[in-house]
Amino acid sequence: MDDSELGFDTINLGHGSGGMMTRELLDKLIFKTFRNPFINQKHDGAIVNFNNKIAISTDSFVISPIFFKGGNIGELAVNGTVNDVAMCGAIPKYLSLAFIIEEGLKIEEFRAIIHSIKTAADKSGVLIITGDTKVVERGKGDKIFINTTGFGEVHPKANISADRIKPGDKIIVNGFFAQHGMAIMSEREGFVFESSIVSDTTNVNYLVKDLLDAFGDNIHFFRDPTRGGVASVLSEIATDTAKGISIFEDQIPLEKQVAAACEILGLDPLYVANEGVFITIVDPEIADAVVRMMRKDEKGINAVSIGEVTHEYPGKVVMHSSVGGKRIVSALIGEQLPRIC
Amino acid sequence: MKFLTEYRNLEATKSYLKLIENTITKPWNIMEICGGQTHGLVKNGILDLLPDKVRMIHGPGCPVCVTPLNLIDKAIELLENNVIVCSFGDMIRVPGSKKSLLEVKASGGDLRILYSPIEAVKIARENPDKEVVFFAVGFETTAPANALSVLHAEHEGLKNYSILVSHVLVPPAMEAILDDELCKIDAFLGAGHVCAIMGMEEYYPMAEKYKIPIVITGFEPLDLVQGIYMAVLQLEKGIYEVENQYARVVKPEGNKAAKEVIDKVFEVGNREWRGIGEIPNSGYLLKKAYKDFDAEKKFGISHIKVPENSDCIAGEVLRGIKKPQQCSQFGKKCTPYNPLGAPMVSSEGACAAYYHFSNNLIN
Repeated sequence: MDDSELGFDTINLGHGSGGMMTRELLDKLIFKTFRNPFINQKHDGAIVNFNNKIAISTDSFVISPIFFKGGNIGELAVNGTVNDVAMCGAIPKYLSLAFIIEEGLKIEEFRAIIHSIKTAADKSGVLIITGDTKVVERGKGDKIFINTTGFGEVHPKANISADRIKPGDKIIVNGFFAQHGMAIMSEREGFVFESSIVSDTTNVNYLVKDLLDAFGDNIHFFRDPTRGGVASVLSEIATDTAKGISIFEDQIPLEKQVAAACEILGLDPLYVANEGVFITIVDPEIADAVVRMMRKDEKGINAVSIGEVTHEYPGKVVMHSSVGGKRIVSALIGEQLPRIC
Repeated sequence: MKFLTEYRNLEATKSYLKLIENTITKPWNIMEICGGQTHGLVKNGILDLLPDKVRMIHGPGCPVCVTPLNLIDKAIELLENNVIVCSFGDMIRVPGSKKSLLEVKASGGDLRILYSPIEAVKIARENPDKEVVFFAVGFETTAPANALSVLHAEHEGLKNYSILVSHVLVPPAMEAILDDELCKIDAFLGAGHVCAIMGMEEYYPMAEKYKIPIVITGFEPLDLVQGIYMAVLQLEKGIYEVENQYARVVKPEGNKAAKEVIDKVFEVGNREWRGIGEIPNSGYLLKKAYKDFDAEKKFGISHIKVPENSDCIAGEVLRGIKKPQQCSQFGKKCTPYNPLGAPMVSSEGACAAYYHFSNNLIN
């Protein structure tokens, strides 16, 4: 779209007033970009049909900076919620989209975000069917916050539940850890070296669907380790199921630059955020086949089994170190803080 | 990663563990000085792989842990009074007498978490109407960069930059530990990164005076088991020498350029250590020529003094007299969620290491 169509270059309070300015922003940018039979009705809500059980997930995105290496807050808001719906064993179909914008946001930034949302939604096969736009005074927000709620139909063969996790199950991940968190960190104030680490933000719903098509209820669990990282998710699973989890340091998939950056900054990659990684816990019989299938997909090229569920150590995650020792992996407490030296 | 992965090798680690086992004939208490070494031992599960006769005692080398409560309260005082306070990350959650820096940030304080004090100089340049203070904690390792920030600010003529100095030195702390009548340490693993800056010279007279082996050691699993082996070998032979396990990083003379920067800006003076008290000549103070960069003087906060928390045995943990789990509050009233003392907060603190990783908690 051409900038000249909008008669302003920053978002101001008027764009959240519900009046003419809001209408102009919606018509010329949002409705125009997301055109589909649902949103075209320009109603307060959308009416949709589902044939099966539905999975619903909501998430708010408040990331800073809003543009980072490998993506921006817009595609993050789509991929994050699409993946959360997929983790329920569902096929994501629709998204709601709500903005809280701080006045002064440049329209070109907003436009870039909107277009990223459109591209990410198309890639995931979801439609934006309803939404909201609010504008707050300068200082009351941080450029832009986005909330998305995703709706998906549960896959007919899926039976995803923590109750189904049993000792002997294998824990498989689709790719490298800690890419997103380290990419964000490299953009923040105080970072002392350049890196080309990019966020891993992506949708994994098609890979999840392929796995469910092929393996059905032999897949016991899905979870995407976003904030708090893999350690926090595994720790939660161990606590919730009262089973033990053993993982092997040698198997942890890390891209070289990310491993080096974590090393230098004193961060444990197990606690760093991911946006395109998921963990699946599967029957041991199918574990090798799951890894093989994932590796054929571009979203799972680096898939690997990192450990297994055990009778031992109920409620705990135990890391087997590469030098033959063992340690507990606990959940993240607060924010991971870089060390002094 | 060159110089890292080869020091995490299973077979090599095992072979040193075997050597230790074959060499040791009686129990020895070995203190690793640095918190990074403590975490290396615990995170890699090495403590459980060592023979029972090797008793590792965790030392005071965690800069966050030894920073006295007073200093945290001073930083908080500044943060609450419209000063931009810049700090290394793991300092911000340490409780002061009433609250932590992080809590003051949540109520509106302008706290910046930085990796380098040079960034703080940049913040001062960009905010000429605000005062900017860098919370300069740490051992000899962070001193050169903190000193350099003062030189940069002086060079740029920045009047709104100063540092809140809480620099401590490793050798005086080692001597204080050895002079303690409760001390039962037979050998030290010297702090590799501190020696990378300062070199090895300071340790020769100490080894001689106290008849104690000192092995300057790195942080990876293989470094640690090799360092322990070298210490055990000396103990079994009845000798006490300064040895350098970490020769790939530590040069006998240290880092000359870094030492020059330190000498230009800082002078040695008395320092208070958390839980240990004042140790003579155990820290750095800003030299007179740089007094304008001393935040304590600039903001008149030298008078702030608060007692340490009586429930916290940080002092005994830091001197190696007690293990974290011997504290009655460990994992109960004191957790990383609600720390009573700094060793439970810092990524290098012994209490946090035990809380997060230790096999003691597996069962």
